[in-house]
Amino acid sequence: MKKVLSLLLAAAMCTSVLAGCGNSAGDTADTSSDNGAESTAAAFKIGGTGPLTGDAAIYGNAVKNGAQIAVDEINAEGGIQIEWNMEDDENDPEKAVSAYNNLKDWGMQLSLGSVTSKPGEATATENYADRIFALTPSASSTAVTEGKDNVFQMCFTDPNQGTASADYIADNQLGTKIAVIYKNDDVYSSGIFEKFQAEADAKGLNIVSVTTFTSSSATDFSVQLSEAKSAGADLVFLPIYYQPASLILQQAKSMDYAPKFFGVDGMDGILTLEGFDTSLAEGVMLLTPFNADATDEKTQSFVTKYKEQFGETPNQFAADAYDCIYAYKAAIEASGATPDMSAEELCDLMIQTFPTLTFDGLTGEGATWDATGAVSKDPKGMVIENGVYVGM
Amino acid sequence: MTFLSYLINGISLGSVYAIIALGYTMVYGIAKMLNFAHGDVIMVGAYISFCSTSYLGLSPLLSVVLAVIVCTVLGIVIEGLAYKPLRQAPALAVLITAIGVSYFLQNAALLIWGSSSKTFSSVVGDWSVKLFDGQLNITGVTIVTVLACVVIMAGLTLFTNKTRVGTAMRAVSEDKGAAQLMGISVNRTISITFAIGSGLAAIAGVLLCSAYPMLMPTTGSMPGIKAFTAAVFGGIGSIPGAMVGGILLGIIEIFAKAYISTQLSDAIVFAVLIIVLLVKPDGLLGKHVSEKV
Repeated sequence: MKKVLSLLLAAAMCTSVLAGCGNSAGDTADTSSDNGAESTAAAFKIGGTGPLTGDAAIYGNAVKNGAQIAVDEINAEGGIQIEWNMEDDENDPEKAVSAYNNLKDWGMQLSLGSVTSKPGEATATENYADRIFALTPSASSTAVTEGKDNVFQMCFTDPNQGTASADYIADNQLGTKIAVIYKNDDVYSSGIFEKFQAEADAKGLNIVSVTTFTSSSATDFSVQLSEAKSAGADLVFLPIYYQPASLILQQAKSMDYAPKFFGVDGMDGILTLEGFDTSLAEGVMLLTPFNADATDEKTQSFVTKYKEQFGETPNQFAADAYDCIYAYKAAIEASGATPDMSAEELCDLMIQTFPTLTFDGLTGEGATWDATGAVSKDPKGMVIENGVYVGM
Repeated sequence: MTFLSYLINGISLGSVYAIIALGYTMVYGIAKMLNFAHGDVIMVGAYISFCSTSYLGLSPLLSVVLAVIVCTVLGIVIEGLAYKPLRQAPALAVLITAIGVSYFLQNAALLIWGSSSKTFSSVVGDWSVKLFDGQLNITGVTIVTVLACVVIMAGLTLFTNKTRVGTAMRAVSEDKGAAQLMGISVNRTISITFAIGSGLAAIAGVLLCSAYPMLMPTTGSMPGIKAFTAAVFGGIGSIPGAMVGGILLGIIEIFAKAYISTQLSDAIVFAVLIIVLLVKPDGLLGKHVSEKV
């Protein structure tokens, strides 16, 4: 019994040491913003939640880092000062709400909402109740903004992605017979699919096979692929995240089925999957608003900074987050908001200002918002060639 | 021909369930506890194999051996720390501890290996057998998994029936108190059971990830639950039952997807389970043990 007790104590010590690590990281962030003594008083506190750990961590960390670059740039200019704080929600709605409450205690005035859709819906409800304005970089389901006048999106809504994908496939005549595999217990995936189907019907695309999977059956896709294959589909639309997509690509190869694969923004990340054979993703197409290979100056400077600081190529989530911070800057400048305003006052100002903005960012020129909070901008088609994204 | 290829896919998925279910059923049959951490030991096994091939450059076979050793030790440690102190506690306490261990392992994996998923490269290699002019494709992983499953099932059955330790296990399973009176060390027997179960988990993990190469800290949990279902389906505690249950579950799942609806496949699988349990409450091959008063 004593042994067990001592082991437990040892374990407790370990966790407290680890917790200490987390704290010290937070402390350094605090002191860095404390450097300019007056800046803390005159800084806008922007907070957001996202999966920094867990299976969607790639998105949360991208948002955290992308926003950090924008914040550093803006703070260095000297004008508007921003403090940026991101809490981990592990892609879990309940944890997202407690992360949101931590941010509220910290004094968050403006919010980046949540990175992913399900937690985004949960925190958006809180944002609405507390009158804290949110501009989410990437929570793309319509339920995030629906019925909430103070929640806006930087990314396309899911329906927009579905519509845009169908348009893109029809306009560029990428496929004559189309199969869809989507995840029917995920609002992101089913939301895109519904609009895709509606638009595909309108455009006269021929959908020959529609199959689904759920979290509990996200391992074996042989049936879905056989069905697509026997229906003669030459293009498979995958409105899903990259983890199941990587399994689909691998299983399609093992059954010698090589249609074109067409993904949406959730497919972004497949190339950085550790151990993934990128040759499997050769020729995969996806619609994403951001292209790290674009040659314009803004993108180049962002990509270079991101690579220097974080050692990897930024994906579109990082770019969306970067744009969010700059959109806030634009809105603050346009409305004359000051950091001493309460979250509620800022909220009213932002609600008035955002629909009047025309914003040029990394993820699209001339982006505008309507009063519902949805953004309108043009997506770009990408194709994976030799392990990198190339514009189509 | 499509029927045959679906059948093969079903057997392939089912044999993965079966191999996990063998570990579940073995521990349940002898220790009379549901080890919900089994799925996570599988995940640890897969990670060990992944790391030893990708970072240490070991050969696939050696990495499996290493994974088995690590998981066996892990199983003994888990049993000793978490379950042994609760030997006299009510079953519910043990069950909740098992769920706790499961979360502990997942989060430990999150700390050690990080959150981003990894693609596992198959230890079996990339070969497959093509029949009927390539219309029917059986992957190497399927063949190896089915073979491993049969070998393990036969091995376990022989072990529990023919060896001294196996006899001790059956005795403990029937009546702990009486077994102790006969001079069997109950604690040691249960530890050995956990060691074997966890070693099997490592093999299951490697084969699971070879067939479906997506490795993350939650990799083991969903197949773990499906395998538990398979074990109940086949009759929990029965070693051949786990295998039959696993393979049937895989086949039903694939057929439900293929011939009824991909949307409803899970509902159908569990509906079949409910019907089987209504007709045969002890599962397909389970033995009915009446409670003596």
